[in-house]
Amino acid sequence: MSLQLDEVKRIAMLARIAVSDAEAASVRDQLNDIFAMIEKMQAVEAPGVAPMAHAQDVMLRLRDDAVTESDRHQAFQAIAPQTEAGLYLVPRVID
Amino acid sequence: MHNASLRELADALAAKRISAVELAGLFLGRIASAQPDLNAFVTVDRERTLAAARAADARIARGDHGPLTGIPIAHKDIWCASGWRTTCGSRMLANFTSPYDAHMIERLLAAGAPILGKCNMDEFAMGSSNETSWFGPVRNPWHKAFVPGGSSGGSAAAVAARLAPAATGTDTGGSIRQPAALCGVSGLKPTYGIVSRYGMVAFASSLDQGGPFGKGAEDLALLLNGMAGFDARDSTSLERAPEDYTRLLDRPFADTPAGRPLAGLRIGLPKQYFGAGLGAEVAQTVETALEEMRKLGATTREVDLPSSDLAVPAYYVIAPAEASSNLSRFDGVRYGHRAEQYGDLIDMYCRSRAEGFGPEVKRRILIGTYVLSHGYYDAYYVQAQRIRRLIADDFARAFREVDVIAGPTSPSVAFELGAKTADPVQMYLNDIYTIPANLAGLPGMSIPCGFGEKDLPVGLQLVGDYFSEAKMLGVAHQYQRATDWHRRVPPGY
Repeated sequence: MSLQLDEVKRIAMLARIAVSDAEAASVRDQLNDIFAMIEKMQAVEAPGVAPMAHAQDVMLRLRDDAVTESDRHQAFQAIAPQTEAGLYLVPRVID
Repeated sequence: MHNASLRELADALAAKRISAVELAGLFLGRIASAQPDLNAFVTVDRERTLAAARAADARIARGDHGPLTGIPIAHKDIWCASGWRTTCGSRMLANFTSPYDAHMIERLLAAGAPILGKCNMDEFAMGSSNETSWFGPVRNPWHKAFVPGGSSGGSAAAVAARLAPAATGTDTGGSIRQPAALCGVSGLKPTYGIVSRYGMVAFASSLDQGGPFGKGAEDLALLLNGMAGFDARDSTSLERAPEDYTRLLDRPFADTPAGRPLAGLRIGLPKQYFGAGLGAEVAQTVETALEEMRKLGATTREVDLPSSDLAVPAYYVIAPAEASSNLSRFDGVRYGHRAEQYGDLIDMYCRSRAEGFGPEVKRRILIGTYVLSHGYYDAYYVQAQRIRRLIADDFARAFREVDVIAGPTSPSVAFELGAKTADPVQMYLNDIYTIPANLAGLPGMSIPCGFGEKDLPVGLQLVGDYFSEAKMLGVAHQYQRATDWHRRVPPGY
């Protein structure tokens, strides 16, 4: 497998990371080196093996449907890039 | 005093031979002197630390104290601490002051341990040399042209140079054990689920686990007593009865004869950990340590972990996949870096993330995004999870025959700054012996066992079965009673 430049740009867009054309070329080369290392894993035949998603077989716990958090929006918004009247400001998405 | 063990420090505090304020002041002074050379800290807040130390002194004065009260602890800058800048080594969080405490921080503060400062680290814990930090690399106190390892490089360097009596870190693929080895200190990654990750900036959630750095195993046991505990806010936190991790330090095995405290211990040596790629001097130093353990009564035998060589490839699918998901939260909206110039909302995300993340973090997000994308999920992510099962099964088979697995922590001693930054794959192979324990969720530790090339430290890795921390700490403590590698201090410190 070898990634092409347009695939690198597509992935970067999916990941919401801006890359310049110059960056994309060097990123492609590095990713291809890394995927060459990863390929080794794909040669292994393991069809009957159950995928292991997690180190411990834990069940998600349930808790009472009760309010556990206090209102701390002022503390949280104090560290936000841009807020107004208790709202986070972002560029307009709907005209 | 800066070379004292935690138990010695606790005794000195209880006997009022030193106050918590004096102790904090001593270490703050050492940090200030060493910072230009080592860059082990991102944030120091003298007044905040001293205020906590004064509170600890008040507790000691009224007899309300435990083994960690008044002992200042440095924290990897991945742990949120209320009122402290928490950067995770990234420009993305360079101005992020946490509005809350991590569970682990809450516990240590409740035990009376002041926060000594926040330690430098690889950006978002992605690295094996501490060179990906936005705040510059940490240098190895044993040789300043060499890396301290990573990603918890600042924590390891701080304990090695005696800038802190103890420190915390996190280990996703070796980020506690490898820097502990390269800096000549002891470090423990507990069983997955023992230490809550609430308030720890997430990297790869099925692998991340917090743990302590100390000079010796006894320090690690005392620290883990403080750090571990159930927390409903981390869905992977295990509901287990509290455990005293110091209980087997003096007697890891019952009824052992005098002079042979490890009699009965069966140590497994994975043949895959002693093959091609292992440096000659590291191999020799580890063998000498194993010989010492045999003198103490242990027996060794070869074990087979046949899927070991697939661990690094599987890890570099699973960890980036989970990272790409976890790091999608950094969007420049609610906290963290936002670009100055942008057009629409998508452009704001793209530019903020391009500016806020460094090259290694971007690489891993891109790998993760690709392997999770439509048409590739089964070939990469599901296949990696199958390999993960094979690796966990290898360990389960081995632990039917042996009590603990031992081998090198890292294939080489510390390398020079810049030596591997241009070749990510070479950098990734540093963690070849540490990654398998993360994939399986097993506890692992590294203890100093001698010196290799250029008089740089070598670490001995121990991997135990699930929840066997107390026994592993006992094995390490008995080794450390018979040797003094963990007491060696870098020249000049």
